[in-house]
Amino acid sequence: MTQGHRSLRALAVVLALLAILGFSTASRADRAKAADQIIPESLQLDERRSGTSFLSPALRAQQSDEGANPGMLWVETGEKLWSTPPGASGNSCASCHGEARTSMMGVAAHYPAVDKSSGKLMNLELRINECRTERQGAEPFAYESNELLGLTAFIAYQSRGLPISVDVSGPAASYLEAGRKFFTTRQGQLNLACTQCHDENWGRKLRGDTISQGHPTGFPIYRLEWQSLGSLHRRLRACSLGVRAEVLDYGSPEYLALELYLAWRARGMLIETPAIRR
Amino acid sequence: MNTSTRIVIPKTVTRGEVIEIKTLIKHPMETGYRRDHRGQVIPRHIVKRFVAIYNGTEVFSADLTQGVAANPYLAFSTVAEESGEIVFEWIDDLGDTHTEKVEITVS
Repeated sequence: MTQGHRSLRALAVVLALLAILGFSTASRADRAKAADQIIPESLQLDERRSGTSFLSPALRAQQSDEGANPGMLWVETGEKLWSTPPGASGNSCASCHGEARTSMMGVAAHYPAVDKSSGKLMNLELRINECRTERQGAEPFAYESNELLGLTAFIAYQSRGLPISVDVSGPAASYLEAGRKFFTTRQGQLNLACTQCHDENWGRKLRGDTISQGHPTGFPIYRLEWQSLGSLHRRLRACSLGVRAEVLDYGSPEYLALELYLAWRARGMLIETPAIRR
Repeated sequence: MNTSTRIVIPKTVTRGEVIEIKTLIKHPMETGYRRDHRGQVIPRHIVKRFVAIYNGTEVFSADLTQGVAANPYLAFSTVAEESGEIVFEWIDDLGDTHTEKVEITVS
């Protein structure tokens, strides 16, 4: 090793020590600000990988085989609900939207989206419930119920293989920014931002599993840990719990904004609903 | 049993062909070892037995235990001998049976 290399290394050690000291004495707000500055905004487009690529070959085969993928049980539940009139209006989903195979093709790829009349950000689950209360005269489904998961999975299934493409212009821009902020801000007792795992350390091991890039390509997903289908917000709640942060409500504004940011971050990636994840 | 199932058999079958049949059933497969948040044991609730009957003849059966994950997926092969009906039965330990019948056309 040359003298130059050695002095460079010494300098690096000193800088690292200074950084550690600086971090330990700075206030929480300062640390969050510093994190915002050092964290890159996003992955390179061409290095993005769906969660499927982190699965074992056996699980990948099970996901693509519609006879073996347990998520298809919920898709079938949704298919039945699609043509069942639920409420006072006597209208089923099919009464207005017709054949889902054509009318719902590509719809899930554009969610979450800003509702034109209310100006609020809505994901597919909230849109389905809005349709039920406003147009079908029915009670909304509970967020993580089998029925809502089924209908969401059935509708998203019609977009399987199509690229995610959400509108982030106009009124959606502020939601995107809020989502980006949530993704890059340290939170919880572990003081971790989403980006530190999913942008900077994906592909490495976290206990027994490989850290994914966190792309929402296959929701609702059949997660082996849950032994059931589950929504994106259920997954986000598990993430919040994991970094010991506040676990927010299903459909909360923070998770909705994050959902938009995640969809934008995964723009162009193909929908895989119902995906299998560990 | 109020549940949903999924059965996949090949659409076109020739006589004597070995066919693969895939089945899925939505079932919690609760082990009986877990406790709820009050500390009470969650009673065991599993599919104990699965049977497939092809034109009156049992062609496949399986005994399942609490070691099997929720929503069990079972696939098996059989020889397509003639057109008729395949009956699928899932029997759980509460004595409930879920039956599905699928027509098969052999040419």
